[in-house]
Amino acid sequence: MNPPAAVPLPVPPMLSETACVLCLVLLLLAPLAVAGMALVNTGLGRSRSAAQALLGNLAIVAVTAIVFALVGATFTGALNGVGHTFQLAGKPWNWLGAGPLFLGGLSTAPLQSQLALLFEFLAVALAALIPWGSGADRWRLVAGCAAAAVTAAIVFPLLAHWVWGGGWLSQLGVNFSLGWGFLDPGGAATIHVLGGLSALTVIWIAGPRKGKFPKEGFSTALPGHNAVYVLFGCFVALVGWLAFNTAGALLWLHAPLTALPATALGTLLSASGALAAAFTVTRVRFGKPDASLCANGWLSGLVASSACAAVITPIQALVVGVIAGIATPLLVEVFELAVSIDDPSGAVSVHAAGGLLGLIAAGIFAGRPGQFLAQLIGIATLLGVILPLVYLLFWLLNRIVPFRVDPDGERIGMDLHELGGGAYPEFVIHRDDSYR
Amino acid sequence: MKYAGLLVLPAGFFLSIAAIVLFPAPSAASRVAFVLCGLAVESLGLAVAFRGHMEAKNTEARREPS
Repeated sequence: MNPPAAVPLPVPPMLSETACVLCLVLLLLAPLAVAGMALVNTGLGRSRSAAQALLGNLAIVAVTAIVFALVGATFTGALNGVGHTFQLAGKPWNWLGAGPLFLGGLSTAPLQSQLALLFEFLAVALAALIPWGSGADRWRLVAGCAAAAVTAAIVFPLLAHWVWGGGWLSQLGVNFSLGWGFLDPGGAATIHVLGGLSALTVIWIAGPRKGKFPKEGFSTALPGHNAVYVLFGCFVALVGWLAFNTAGALLWLHAPLTALPATALGTLLSASGALAAAFTVTRVRFGKPDASLCANGWLSGLVASSACAAVITPIQALVVGVIAGIATPLLVEVFELAVSIDDPSGAVSVHAAGGLLGLIAAGIFAGRPGQFLAQLIGIATLLGVILPLVYLLFWLLNRIVPFRVDPDGERIGMDLHELGGGAYPEFVIHRDDSYR
Repeated sequence: MKYAGLLVLPAGFFLSIAAIVLFPAPSAASRVAFVLCGLAVESLGLAVAFRGHMEAKNTEARREPS
């Protein structure tokens, strides 16, 4: 095995000027996915933590942007296409980007590289936002921002380089004849599975909300405080997802402009199929459709489409969405009742499981020899490298900046404890039955 | 127990990587079998980690004053 060395990566085909302009317009719409997720995260938490939740979403976006600009962007190697490589079994394994520090050379870089960097800026914000909803009502604001900084500085750049920056996962096709290499044009792995696994880690470290799992009997239902935020967030997120998936198809797959309407249609149909399936499943299970689980179903359809909408037909995307919509409400129930996971936003089921489903679907339906295996190796990397790495980093971080708020803070709510004022000061605060 | 489960996860990853390094391109069946074994090991690791989380939660619940 040779020592790692910084070498230029294979140069991707250049996009036309029209495609670059379209990509820029799409990327200006992509923050709506972040806004939608912020609304969903806030609505699924409790009213006494709503202001802290929404401020946390905003703070996380700001922290990730700053940290990614100062540190993370260097390791993705998006601007100059250079990476550190070692030789193993006669093949190059590109494992880390070696870009310029502090966004150096941004103005002189090709437009396509600048757009790729902008895509990654928005992607890391979304990835860091996902665990925030899972830690609702007990995760301290400072700790949430610190975790977002760790994600933006270390974990996301590593994964983004492997998948999008010419790293070893994207080169599985060239080096080992595995289809096109690991396919993830919309960020199902780099954004959603990473976010979902980070959410699982946060839940493991911070523990459940007080009163969620009593000593005797089943878990206590702690429903979200505002279904309107949640459902409107789903609408807003759709626009952002359409932008992410089509921009991703342009940037990472170099798809022709004629292929983009099918990608957008696949995204819409996947979400629609997932909502219809979740609506049906919750109606059959509980007698009436459940608003928050239907929202989770819609989002899981969008997440699944991130991996596969650009490489499969719209009808296949509909099938994938239906499977995601059936699985999500059931997984939410299994995680809560069988393995004691207190996940207010359902991020583990929606983002981790939905993302993994989309990645598998891309392997099955893409129709190229070896593609399924490439997707499986990508999944093995997410579970075998990224999850332990995130757990280790967050565990260390928890020693320095404790994740969980003190019991008094949890009792009075995160708004009063951390911000000194509630989101709804004119509302009457009722006593919490779970503390009896 | 949770840490044991998390330590098993990289073992599954290395099994999957071994599949593509050890078996040349035409032997697709061996590669798939090896990668699936790697994923099975990772599933076991995850199951152990979840089990560890539940045990820790139950121990904590027993310690809490009623």
